[in-house]
Order: sequence, then C-alpha cells, then structure tokens
Amino acid sequence: MLYRENGQFKVSYRADQQIFPILQDRIGIGVLLLLAFVAIPLFGSEYLMRAVLIPFLILSLAALGLNVLVGYCGQISLGTGAFMAVGAYAAYNFHVRIDGMPLVLSLLLGGVFATIVGVLFGIPSLRIKGLYLAVATLAAQFFVDWAFLRIKWFTNNSSSGSVGVGGLQAFGLPIETPVQKYLFCLVFVVIFGIIAKNLVRGHIGREWMAIRDMDVAAAVIGIRPVYAKLTAFAVSSFIVGVAGALWGFVHLSSWEAAAFNIDRSFQLLFMVIIGGLGSIMGSFFGAAFIVMVPLVLDNLPAWFGVPIDTALASHLTFMIFGSLIVFFLIVEPHGLARLWSIGKEKLRLWPFPH
Amino acid sequence: MRLRSLALAISVAATAAAALLSPEPAGAQAGKEQFFPVLVYRTGAYAPNGIPFANGYVDYLKLVNAQGGINGVKVSFEECETGYATDKGVECYERLKGKNGGATVFQPLSTGITFALTEKAPGDKIPLITAGYGRSESADGGVFKWNFPLAGTYWVAADILVQHVAKKEGGFDKLKGKKITLVYHDSPYGKEPIALLQERAKMNGFEFNSIPVTHPGVEQKAAWLQIRQSRPDYVFLWGWGVMNSTALKEAVATGFPRDKMYGVWWAAAEPDTKDVGDGAKGYHGLALQHGAEPNAKVVKDVMTLVQGKGQGTGPKEEVGTVLYMRGLMSAMLGVEGVRRAQERYGKGKVMSGEQVRWGLENLTLDQKKLDTLGFAGVMRPISTSCADHMGAAWARVHTWDGTKWNFTSDWLQADEAILKPMVKAAANKYASEKKLERRTPEDCQT
Repeated sequence: MLYRENGQFKVSYRADQQIFPILQDRIGIGVLLLLAFVAIPLFGSEYLMRAVLIPFLILSLAALGLNVLVGYCGQISLGTGAFMAVGAYAAYNFHVRIDGMPLVLSLLLGGVFATIVGVLFGIPSLRIKGLYLAVATLAAQFFVDWAFLRIKWFTNNSSSGSVGVGGLQAFGLPIETPVQKYLFCLVFVVIFGIIAKNLVRGHIGREWMAIRDMDVAAAVIGIRPVYAKLTAFAVSSFIVGVAGALWGFVHLSSWEAAAFNIDRSFQLLFMVIIGGLGSIMGSFFGAAFIVMVPLVLDNLPAWFGVPIDTALASHLTFMIFGSLIVFFLIVEPHGLARLWSIGKEKLRLWPFPH
Repeated sequence: MRLRSLALAISVAATAAAALLSPEPAGAQAGKEQFFPVLVYRTGAYAPNGIPFANGYVDYLKLVNAQGGINGVKVSFEECETGYATDKGVECYERLKGKNGGATVFQPLSTGITFALTEKAPGDKIPLITAGYGRSESADGGVFKWNFPLAGTYWVAADILVQHVAKKEGGFDKLKGKKITLVYHDSPYGKEPIALLQERAKMNGFEFNSIPVTHPGVEQKAAWLQIRQSRPDYVFLWGWGVMNSTALKEAVATGFPRDKMYGVWWAAAEPDTKDVGDGAKGYHGLALQHGAEPNAKVVKDVMTLVQGKGQGTGPKEEVGTVLYMRGLMSAMLGVEGVRRAQERYGKGKVMSGEQVRWGLENLTLDQKKLDTLGFAGVMRPISTSCADHMGAAWARVHTWDGTKWNFTSDWLQADEAILKPMVKAAANKYASEKKLERRTPEDCQT
C-alpha cells in the first residue's frame, strides 16, 4: 500500500537511471543514512560501536570488494584475506616510515598496493577458471601469509612480528574515540558503496557480468576478457585492501598476520554467498549476518538470565550459527539479498496478493 | 512460501536484535562488588590448556569470596570465550569492560590479544596483567603505564633456560659451539623469545636456529626433519596446546633425546605430556615461579572452601596442576593489586581501574604475605615499581617423570644486565612508533 511506485513518472533518462528509482527507496535510504550518521553516534553505546558496528562496516566493505570479483565477474577468490593483509601492511609501512603521512593517503596507498598484488594474482584467471582459479588465489593467501610472517622489513623489524599504530588523525581531527572511528569507517563505506554501485551499473560492470555469464559469448561480442577480468581483480583488491587497512588501523590497532589468515578469506566468501552474489546490498546483509548473529547468539543466555557454561555457550553458538547458514542457503540459495527483493515484491502487492 | 516469509521474519528479527545488542547499563550491584572479567578459551585447539587455567582463575575468585572478599568487598566475575582469536578477544574486552561498575583488570591470556588491548586499555583506564606472557618490553613501566607482565616475561624465560643449559654444561664458556634450536609457534607468542636468544647467542657463542610451526601445530614433520639433519644439542619448545604433545611425539619418532628438550611454561604442563606419557619422560619445562603444587596451602584452601562445598569450577583432579596454578596465581595477583590499592584509597571500597593500576604498580608481596595467602613455596616475593612492572625475574626448571612434574633445579634469576637494556630499547622503539612520551617522575607518584 505504502510501497508502490504508481504515479512516479520518469520524464528524463537521468531520472530513469538513478540508483533508487522508487521514491520510497530513496526515503528509506535517507532515513538509514540519517540513522547511521546522526542517531547512532548520538545514542549508540560504546560496545555497539566498537565491537559490533565497526567490524560490521569494515567487513561489509571487504565483502563488497569481494562481491565485485566473485559476484559480478564470476572469478572465485580465496585470497581475500591476503589482499586485506597487503592493504594493511602497505598502509602501515607508509604510515610508519614516512613522517607526517596523512592517514587517508596511507590507507588509499594500502589499497593501491593491494591492487597491484591482486592484479598479479589475477593473471592466472586468464587461463584457468572456477575451482582451479580458487586454488590459484589460495596460493596468494599462503604466499602473503608467509611474506608477512617471515620478511622482517614489512613489519618494521618488530621482534614479535606484530605491528601497531596509534594516535591516528585525519584532516586535523583525531580518530580515537569509538564515535570518531565509527564515523571514519562509515564515510569510507558510503563512498566506496556509491563507487561500487556505479561501477557495476556502468559499462565496466556489464562487461564483468557478461564474462561471468559466459566468457566465450562475451568475447565474441567484443568484450576483452583480459581487460574485464583484470579490472575486476583490480577494483576488488583495491576495496579489499582499503578494508584491510581499516581493519588493522581502526579496529584492531595492533595486529599480526594471523588477523588476515585463511579463515578471514573463507569468512568473507561466506558473507558474499550468504548475502547474495552479485548484489551490493547482499554484501551488507552477509556481513551483518556473519558478524552479528554469533554475537546475538552468544549473548542470548545472558539476556534471558540463563547461566550456562562458557564452553557450552560457545559450542551452541557454533551449532546454531552453522544450522542457520544451512537453513538460509536451502530456503534461498541466492542469498539474503534475494530474500530482500522478494520481500519488496510482496510489499508492492500487499495487501492484495494475486 | 511460508518458509520464505519465516526466513524473512528471522532475518529481520536478527537485525533488530542486533540493534539492541548493547550490554545492560551498569547494574544495580555497581559500586558494591569488585568486577573481574575473565577472558578464557574453553574451546578450540588450545582448550586443553585453556580450561585448567580458567578453572584456576575462577576458583581463586570464588575462594576470595568464601574467605570474605577483599577486605569485605565481594568479587564478581564473568567469563567470555575468546577461542584464542584476537578479534574475538577484543569483542570480549568491549563487552565486559563496562559491566558491573567497570572491569578491575584484564588478563588477556593470549599474546595477540595482549598486543591489541595494549592499544585500548590506556584509553579506558583499565590495567592489564599478563603474568608470564605478553610483550616482554612492557616490563618497562615508564612507557607501558597500564601493562603488568608480573613475575616474568618470555625474555626472562628464555634467559633462564639458557642459564640452566649453561649450568648443566658446566659454565657459559662451555656453550661455545653448541647448537640450540627453537621450535616455536608461529605467532607473536612464539617469536617473542627470538630477540633474546639471538642476543645470548652473540654473547655466549652458541649457534642459534629457529624453526617455525604454523598454527595449530599438528603438522611438524618438516620441522623435526630439520632437527634430525642439524642435530642441535638442545631444543627449546615454544609451543602451545596440541603443538606440544605433537612435538614430543615427533621427538620420540625422530629419536631426539627428551632430556635435551626444554619447554617454556606454556609447554610444560600436564595436558602437554599426559598423552605422551612415558615417551615424554625426561622432558624439561620452565616453571615460571610455580610448577604443579598439589601440596600448597592455597590449594588445600580451594579444596575445602570451594571444591569441598561443591562449587568447584572444574574437576577435583585438576586442582593443583601446573596451568591451574597459573590461573590461581594470576587471579591472586589481580586481587592483591586491589588489596594494595585499598590500602591507599580506602579499605572496604570498590576500586576503579585507575586505582588498581596504582596498586599493581606498588605491589609488595613479601614472604610473609605469600605465607598468609597460602603461596609459600609456590612463588617468590614480588615487588613492583614505576620503572619495573615485572616485579621478579625468577624461575625454576621442572621435569616430567612419566606421570607428573618434579622440580629439578634451584631458583634461577634472569640476567638483568642483558634484560634491562633490551627491554629499554624495545620500549623506546615502541614509544617512538606510537609517539608516546616517557612518564615523568611526577607521573610515577600518582
């Protein structure tokens, strides 16, 4: 009843091509942004920001990056953790070695280095596909893990191999309190979200999707597979690299290579699959699911005042979380984003479904 | 279709629940009880070692309550499972730090989590106790105001192991030309001792090699092949969890003599050797202060006042084992920090994190105090100061006889002449990286 686009006429191409063609969607996004930028910083607790929302934002950024590669271009990657690590360590080296390096610039340069490494490991994708490519990107994961554990120069000769940053500031503003950190991440996520959305709507996104759907046919109609695949790797690793740098700098502030190990790669791949392949929205849903559901499950016994053993609680969390994943994949193999759009379709017909 | 709407409803509910996800505001009991957050890992690859520690820690807090609290202030506590993962540990820290009137002290129980919390704790004004682990350079209280690696660090452990080996060989000059190989867990924890061992190798002229083992450490064939080829005189084992028993089994398989193997205290407890049994006979471990202490008075207290009343956290057999004692001792150090703070800020009051920090910095656990606490013979006196957050650098070596750990050496003290400059240099490096100033003498008074 409320959610219906009847009477919203498009009289220009511009209006027809906007990201959210339906007025109600635009209002919804506006409210969401208002909530995120104003209400949460004002009323959110420190725990909510530091332990829930900051990891959620950063991981959804990384999932977004991975979605470009896996969801839009169809190139399976198991090296996301590695590209995050490259971003984090490159940004760290710029930050520590160059005096007075602006924070944002080091983060972006982290992304640039992740891009270089990503493209390098994307080259095999020109010859191999599917599971074989996944194995090739797995090599990136192991190589990068090895490099940051063994090559002392990357960690500024830290004796334990752990690196850390402190006293962050951007544009003269300190990034110390949870609110500042949260807003800093939020700005990054919003900007990259808009960029990614526009990329996948543009000609380059269409090329990626053509390659994903059938690369031979795409080549026949004049899409260069080399260009399409490598740009997908580049854009994806850039976003993932920046997310990695944020994860290290803003969330952990002190990290070792284990923070970006193979588990992280799998976690991100699950986010993309559960959230919805080939959907920007899905990246956020997936990240929310993977980050928040275990926390909710963990806290449930305490909320209901049921004291249970810590080990039992944590085993239960694993079990319920696992079965939820299976449940969602059975109910909707196309991910939470698909559920979301089904919900919207139904809302349009409501209250008179066919 | 119904299934789908159900799924949709669940996902909406999950998001809504997440929005509510914030710890309840400081409860009604705030201001009455001293709250001890307990970071544990009762699951995962390191659980066999994490569980006795956690049980010891919680049992001691229960014991304090059974004995009337800290000058009448009861202790409350809550566990949070970290699974030894840094990001989970950070989440636990955030969850517990504001609960029940604020956390007294955090004991991260993982080097990775210690590194991450070292950045966060000063901002929240909560001290960190890392008894025997964590950053070695945090012994320098001039830079690390909120870190307390009480009663030893990995550098102390490594130094004492080298000293012990030298003693066995008949003097430091006999170490020349010997080969010592470190088999380590490939994480900040395992890498910590390398800097000191390299320094010692330069000083004493032995050849030092290090072989990393990746987490969780069940695959060590390559490492032990290397050992078989290079034939070191001694192997130091810096392992954790399943890695230790695997290393011992590999040592048996490759025929490396167990009595030439020395484990750090994380690698020298019952869970590490029990499964190997006789195969581990002769294997030495570093006992950073304590070993297995089934006869200590504090253990008897726990048996009567906690276990005896059916309130024990773990099984009875575990009480008094090495890692259980480590938990007990760590909890005791935290509680004594509160007690010391109460001496200055008011007995019978709940102490804030800042006040406890002062208490930990001015800790004086002399022999008399240890005797009354029931820790006589378990550990040596500890006294901290503004400059020295470690308090003591003593340890012993114990040996597995096939069924239990027995002490086989006297007390050894780490060489201050080596440790001090290394700690200072590393702390200065940290300070310059983080753009921190050293604390002034005035700051030490507060």
